Amino acid sequence: MDIVVCIKQVLDPEIPASQFKIDPVSKRQVQADGQGLVISTYDEHALEVALKLKEQVGGRVTALTLGEPSATSALRKALSMGADEAALVSDQAFQDLDAKGVAHLLRAAIKKIGTVDLVLCGCESADWGHRTVGPLLAEELGIFCVTFATRIEPKGDRIILRKVVEDGYELIEAPLPLLVTITSDETNVPRYPKVKDIMLAARKPIPTWTAKDLSLDGAKIGKGSSKIELRQLYIPAREARCELIEGETPEEQAERLAFRLRELKLL
Amino acid sequence: MAGILVLARMEGGSVARSGFELLGAARSLAEPFGERVTAALLGKETSAYLKTLFVQGADLVAEASHPSLGTYAPEAYLSALEQICRSLDPSMILLSADSIGRELAPRLAHRLEAGIVAEVIDVAVTDGIPHLISPAYGGKAMSVFTPKGYPLVVTLKPRAFKPLRADESKHGEVVEIDLDLPPHLLQVKVVEQVKEEAAGVKLEDAKIVIGGGRGLGGPEGFQVLEQLAKLLKGAVGASRAATDAGWVPTSWQIGQTGKTVGPDLYIAVGISGATQHIAGVSGAKTIVAINTDAEAPIFKIAQLGIVGDYKKIVPRLIGKCKELLGR
Ligand SMILES: Cc1cc2nc3c(=O)[nH]c(=O)nc-3n(C[C@H](O)[C@H](O)[C@H](O)COP(=O)(O)OP(=O)(O)OC[C@H]3O[C@@H](n4cnc5c(N)ncnc54)[C@H](O)[C@@H]3O)c2cc1C
Ligand SMILES: Nc1ncnc2c1ncn2[C@@H]1O[C@H](COP(=O)(O)O)[C@@H](O)[C@H]1O
Repeated sequence: MDIVVCIKQVLDPEIPASQFKIDPVSKRQVQADGQGLVISTYDEHALEVALKLKEQVGGRVTALTLGEPSATSALRKALSMGADEAALVSDQAFQDLDAKGVAHLLRAAIKKIGTVDLVLCGCESADWGHRTVGPLLAEELGIFCVTFATRIEPKGDRIILRKVVEDGYELIEAPLPLLVTITSDETNVPRYPKVKDIMLAARKPIPTWTAKDLSLDGAKIGKGSSKIELRQLYIPAREARCELIEGETPEEQAERLAFRLRELKLL
Repeated sequence: MAGILVLARMEGGSVARSGFELLGAARSLAEPFGERVTAALLGKETSAYLKTLFVQGADLVAEASHPSLGTYAPEAYLSALEQICRSLDPSMILLSADSIGRELAPRLAHRLEAGIVAEVIDVAVTDGIPHLISPAYGGKAMSVFTPKGYPLVVTLKPRAFKPLRADESKHGEVVEIDLDLPPHLLQVKVVEQVKEEAAGVKLEDAKIVIGGGRGLGGPEGFQVLEQLAKLLKGAVGASRAATDAGWVPTSWQIGQTGKTVGPDLYIAVGISGATQHIAGVSGAKTIVAINTDAEAPIFKIAQLGIVGDYKKIVPRLIGKCKELLGR
């Protein structure tokens, strides 16, 4: 099975809110001291699902990213986890992209990679978290789409997916080619790369594709192509006033909490 | 603007609550423009449910019933919505940011060559322009989007908007939409549905929610929380750390990626309070934190807290609540 996993590089999303900074003019996050660049959380889970599937049925896994040249390190990590190939889409000309522009560029790169049975994305990016790029990419590619799955099993020329829904999960049967977005569960925890694989990955060539390497529709990625405008980005105020319940023993604290909740008519 | 369309869908034999939340939001967006609000009702046999949509704020109902829409099938639903939009040409289309809306909205936007704004938690019309607010960076920031043109597709976070008060006197116009849904659209099909809800109150509807995190140390910790939840007639949810560990089902996850809950009381046990988690409980009226680490960020957003080990605190809390409640 030939699989492309779309991964995005982001600033580590797990830093505490107290360290988080933005630039209100460019309306973007500013890198905090010591804040590293990582693969967007769910994209790593998507990669894990792809690698498991490859181990089961064979085929190739290609990691694909659109971003700054620095995103090569995300691709190296993907290679060290076990991806066979990696490609970076990067060009100074790509400015002001919205989700549709991103999807259009990812489509062009996937067409360049060749025939693909399965395209995996994370369910949501750790920075914007809009959950739009995956389904938009399915439309760009003209293939069916299932979102929010955690597991994929092959079934002849089709696959069975486990999709998480509000009250449990569904098993869904779908034909290939297909785009699937992945969320996390205990079966797709990203593997740690082995030292040997990190060294091998460091030597693998990673092509960078610019606008001239891809067949693109200028109207979809040009400046002003976006149909929405980000007007403002701000950090919401949080009021912080916690009443700590004290006590000689934890049991006493627990009892006082129960009383306090009763007083507040919460019980 | 040429009207606002919301997607209402059937769920377990009635109209899903999300449709009413969307109608509430749609009215606040439509009124400044003097526009009409249309509810598109997808399902198999829907005629008995049209009235409730008028009562909840629709001026017009687009009735799109079709045998293929009995249960959610992504490609058939998408095609149906596309056909409705092409026939009615709304300028804004609102869907719930639930498992179905999130899957359909971007694809619909692509087909209609519309803009899309996702995961919206608040809307306002200023200077004749809709401003749509949605969280970014895991809830650490808020972003405000405006359309540069129409149509525009928007997904709204469940529970962020309230349904209007029902007005039984309201009625309106029904347009029937003839759908063409060829069988190949049913190739992506649900072969099994598995419910993972704990007995008792549904997490989304619960007035009291107890959330468990990595600090519980294992699935046994959740059994204690379930005892407390049962006693308080509440429900148990979890952080991503706990669902990723496989201690409880993924569908129990609360937060940005998981569910949004809006209880009167949320008790976070062994949860550090990452913004991505808090994003799912921002509607809670009172948050109580039980955590061994006095520096945990959860104490920055909780109103009440105990610094201590849940293993000692929760059993005694259960005991005392039993006494106070006489249960
Ligand atoms: C894109 C993205 C989306 C995400 N979506 C979600 C989401 O939807 N929901 C979600 O929850 N998270 C989400 N996360 C993860 C989030 O950032 C945190 O990693 C996660 O919420 C941490 O879970 P936790 O608080 O249970 O674990 P930890 O952060 O490890 O906290 C455990 C806490 O337990 C306390 N503790 C330990 N022992 C005890 C004890 N005996 N008694 C009491 N307290 C104890 C510790 O002091 C600590 O504060 C997301 C992250 C990203 C990047
Ligand atoms: N720049 C990018 N490069 C590669 N994949 C991306 C990029 N942006 C988004 N994606 C994919 O789309 C998913 C959803 O992103 P979003 O729509 O921003 O929530 C991510 O988890 C990635 O799989």
